Amino acid sequence: MTTTTAVGTRSVISLEDVAARVGGRTLWSGVDLDIAPGEFVAILGPNGVGKSTLIKIILGLLPAAAGTVSVLGAQPGHHNQLVGYLPQRRSFDPSLRIRGVDVVRLGLDGDRWGLPIGFGRARRKTERARVDEVIELVGASAYAQRPIGQLSGGEQQRLLIAQALVKRPSVLLLDEPLDSLDLPNQSGVAALVSQICRQEQVSVLMVAHDVNPILSYLDRVVYFAHGAAISGTPAEVITSKTLSGLYGAPVEVLTTSDGRLVVVGTPEAPAVHSDRHDRSADAAG
Amino acid sequence: MPPADPVASWNLLTDVQELWSFPFMVNAFRAGTIVAVLTGVIGWFMVLRKQSFVGHSLAMVSFPGAAGATLIGVSTVYGYFGFCIAAALVIAARPRGGSGGHAEESAITGTVQAFALACGFLFIALYKGFLDGVTALLFGSLLGVTDTQVLILLIVAVLALGTLAVIGRPLLFASIDPDVAAARGVPTRALAAVFLVLLGAAVAEASQLTGALLVFALLVMPAATAQVLTARPMRSLVLSVVIGVVVTWFGLGVAFYLPYPIGFFVTTFAFVLYVLANAIKLGVPKLRMSWSAA
Repeated sequence: MTTTTAVGTRSVISLEDVAARVGGRTLWSGVDLDIAPGEFVAILGPNGVGKSTLIKIILGLLPAAAGTVSVLGAQPGHHNQLVGYLPQRRSFDPSLRIRGVDVVRLGLDGDRWGLPIGFGRARRKTERARVDEVIELVGASAYAQRPIGQLSGGEQQRLLIAQALVKRPSVLLLDEPLDSLDLPNQSGVAALVSQICRQEQVSVLMVAHDVNPILSYLDRVVYFAHGAAISGTPAEVITSKTLSGLYGAPVEVLTTSDGRLVVVGTPEAPAVHSDRHDRSADAAG
Repeated sequence: MPPADPVASWNLLTDVQELWSFPFMVNAFRAGTIVAVLTGVIGWFMVLRKQSFVGHSLAMVSFPGAAGATLIGVSTVYGYFGFCIAAALVIAARPRGGSGGHAEESAITGTVQAFALACGFLFIALYKGFLDGVTALLFGSLLGVTDTQVLILLIVAVLALGTLAVIGRPLLFASIDPDVAAARGVPTRALAAVFLVLLGAAVAEASQLTGALLVFALLVMPAATAQVLTARPMRSLVLSVVIGVVVTWFGLGVAFYLPYPIGFFVTTFAFVLYVLANAIKLGVPKLRMSWSAA
């Protein structure tokens, strides 16, 4: 696969009337989506609605039940060298005795067969430099030499983002990267992803449980509920009217005094919420 | 035959010369070295993949393998390889069910292990007057390693290490990070199956030397010790092989001079190294602190 089969100026990922079926059950259908180069898009919605399934369809790990999917101008899975992927975590076992830098390195050459000899000193040097560079980019240089199992959740997440970035992908698929991180780490990782998206012109598709840490960086959100999806700017989608229409039940979106969004009254578990901000939510209500 | 009561001269050179004047000791050293190198590498991946239970079960399977071969009158070598690799294939063929993969593997592995042990018991009951052999099958023996056996050990080890050289890096990727590896086109399922077969081969080799019960002396201990000492994959892999070879050589040498079984010595040396490695790891930060305080 060559890197010249690039990405036109058109959409990087395009879904047309796509349906997802897992275990004989249709999760969602009729979904259209176009993601432009360098766009930062959040995938929102309640648990079990099929957000991770969308990621797997884009990766070509699951076939779409209906419709057409195109990733970087080809079938899903065809250009996965240019797709950085961060699965839903998976924290490393504390006893895993492999350094962070080795995990990042596997993102570069982990799919290469044969012994790591005979590639020439120059190539190995550029590869090592690339690994160092990307570790520097995510701000993980201080702890990349330590066994990854002994690092904190936020540190592991930064190294895994470095692993996803090391091949200079055109698309980054992040499945709940902020889950299980504490608040400062959530905003740190969110800012990092947005910075990478802008600087490297990488399209980012991020599955999120809580939209608030990334709200200010987003170009667009795709909100899944009740077997369908709505896409648009956060201001268009996360409103009482749109979400009530999507859920088919009265839903209210509240804006807190510091600009955070709280969705209340969803038929299932609240999807966009921030229970750590009860005080400001009360103030707004 | 060995001398009735060999005495160590405490001169390493003459001792080694004396050891190697006996063809059975030369073969024991050859076999031990081949096995230690193979188990050092395969065991390293096994510890990393947390598949020690599978390794243990395959070792249990080697027991009915050897007993069955003895019963039908063929070389135990075929029994070891045949049973271990067949059991590895059975475990590898289990249908994969989503994320519960590990629990399922434990269940089928335990099932295979129990059935294998029962078969071994039956074979021994059928083959009457075999009681001396049972101890050797369970705890190993350094006597009677034939030239043919050494050759078979070597061929299998070369094939297994050659395969691992080709799949090593994708296997490492799939072991640490299966989801990302699968997304990048690494055939994680096929690699898992191939690795189980390699593990079966390594267990079959180790069983012939250490016996079914002490396989972990070579399969787990060197790898676990190496991984305690360093988190660099290449260094740790090399260290695992070195530790395996050293404990095997020392075990063989000491067992020649002392009237106790080799399995005990190899295991004890490996255990001592593991304890030392952990003590060093715990002690080094404290030492550093006291140095910087001084």
